[in-house]
Amino acid sequence: MAWYYLEGILILCGINVMVVLGLSLLTGFTGLFSFGHAGFMAIGAYVSASLTTMLHWPFIPAVVAGGLVAMLMSFIIGGLTLNLKGDYFCIATLGFGEAIRLILNNVQTFGGARGMASIPLKSSLVAVYAFVIIGVIFMWFLIRSRHGRNMVAIREEELAAQAIGINVFRYKMLSLAASALYAGIGGALWAHYLTFINPAMFMLTKSTEMTIMVIIGGLGSITGSIVGTFFLTFLPEAFREFADWRMVVYGAAVIAVMALRPQGLLGGIEFSPKGIIKWITTSGKSKKAQVKTPVEGGKA
Amino acid sequence: MTTKVLTLENVTKRFGGLTAVGDVSFSINEGEIFGLIGPNGAGKTTIFNLITGVYTLTEGNIHFNKGEKPILVAKADPYGTGFFNDLKRRFVFRPKKPSDIAELGITRTFQNIRLFKKLSVYENVLTACHRSAKYGVLVSLLPWKLPYTNIPYPMFRKQVKQEEALNAKTEDLLKLMGLWEYRAMKASNLPYGLQRKLEIARALALDPKLLLLDEPAAGMNPEETLALLDLIKEIRDKFNLTVLIIEHHMDLVMNLCDRIYVLNFGKFLAEGKPSDIQGNPQVIEAYLGKEE
Repeated sequence: MAWYYLEGILILCGINVMVVLGLSLLTGFTGLFSFGHAGFMAIGAYVSASLTTMLHWPFIPAVVAGGLVAMLMSFIIGGLTLNLKGDYFCIATLGFGEAIRLILNNVQTFGGARGMASIPLKSSLVAVYAFVIIGVIFMWFLIRSRHGRNMVAIREEELAAQAIGINVFRYKMLSLAASALYAGIGGALWAHYLTFINPAMFMLTKSTEMTIMVIIGGLGSITGSIVGTFFLTFLPEAFREFADWRMVVYGAAVIAVMALRPQGLLGGIEFSPKGIIKWITTSGKSKKAQVKTPVEGGKA
Repeated sequence: MTTKVLTLENVTKRFGGLTAVGDVSFSINEGEIFGLIGPNGAGKTTIFNLITGVYTLTEGNIHFNKGEKPILVAKADPYGTGFFNDLKRRFVFRPKKPSDIAELGITRTFQNIRLFKKLSVYENVLTACHRSAKYGVLVSLLPWKLPYTNIPYPMFRKQVKQEEALNAKTEDLLKLMGLWEYRAMKASNLPYGLQRKLEIARALALDPKLLLLDEPAAGMNPEETLALLDLIKEIRDKFNLTVLIIEHHMDLVMNLCDRIYVLNFGKFLAEGKPSDIQGNPQVIEAYLGKEE
């Protein structure tokens, strides 16, 4: 396989990981399902692409700015919709994602339905993975702090979370804002990899694709989300020779994973060097000894 | 003079045409164990939900007295029907949120147990201790310790110490409640009686002043109920608590409570010492029916 081809897939993986990480925080750890993250990706992509093409900003500030604008938008959307419960919030985000796409379709400044072309190709493998590694580190330690624990509490039992003094709205907002920031950065990186964006790229299918990656990887696991993303990004490429039939294989694979491992590839389990050492040292003993012990030292 | 920790004045809650709680007034003295009893559907849990801000009052108000002066924790919704009143209710009316009330020092347990089911016993209590640490969101994004050691970076010593304090507090609470050996177990796998205990442990993690227990003995056998009685008294003394308790086990209520308030169909029926309540013909009638 040519390196050029492999590099391209790896970059796409990295970009998807960025978006999926944010969605993982929102869906896997806070328990809110969103079908509008393509909207946040679109905001990130369009803002950063405009900054680099029209205002000639350097790449990294433009990408960060794209993420920040997406985050700003999430505060507006979140303020209006986060009081909604479960399915209703889900529908509201769906509406938001479609609204963003349709607005971009009709704003001629950004090329309307034709989209924006000749965006500089800046998302190299190194640049993308630099963002991803920083993103993973931040997320990893956020989840292990008291703020992360509060989000998990909201996912588990919202009423009880309120009763122990967790401001549910504030933490949902925090989670949504963080995931929008990640999605915005992911979208910005995507724009600077493809060098061309148009509104049709940010349809509902993009949002669902991201959500599927989180679920396949396993809710409540950062490493699971990463594994899920790599799995589902490589999968269609592995079936290239099936040509038109590859998406059928893709669908079948998704169904197979859900049927065989309903909790996802790594549902609720984190993959860490520490955990691997523990697994090796305890694998000789009975299976009961491997029951997950709590992190008594708190944050690792 | 004893201070009144909680005062309910003319508390009314209507759901449409149904008056769930009608014109209930009582006050609880500091250090008291106050029982709230009544037949099923009398509105006991609704009163808990009103005190903790889950529901808004239709009429009346509730004051909580922590120290110097009483704080209004729940007030009636002053707006009527109509579009503009709905708008006002949405944007102007700001009653205290359940989380604010919990922070003030009123915590509760639930009738149908609401633990964080997938988390371990330890994590359940650790999460509830979160108020004892003050570090912000941005700080929590960064690693605080050298990888694979327990050595904190100098600038994060304070945060590491806070987090250690949380863990120490969790350990104390779990040991006190006799849950320490179950700490690694998933909350949903605990026996029923221990789940109830874990809920109390979680409520205590906030250092409350007033503890609301919603049927803590439901699903417990007589021995466990007796042990619970001692436990409630013990934690009352240890944490200087005032306790408001809903319970159907009459043995427990009569032996535990200093005063009892009886509700029937959301209305006041009787109030007084356990011995008075036991002999009250109206209470007996509400529970057992009238003699033909």
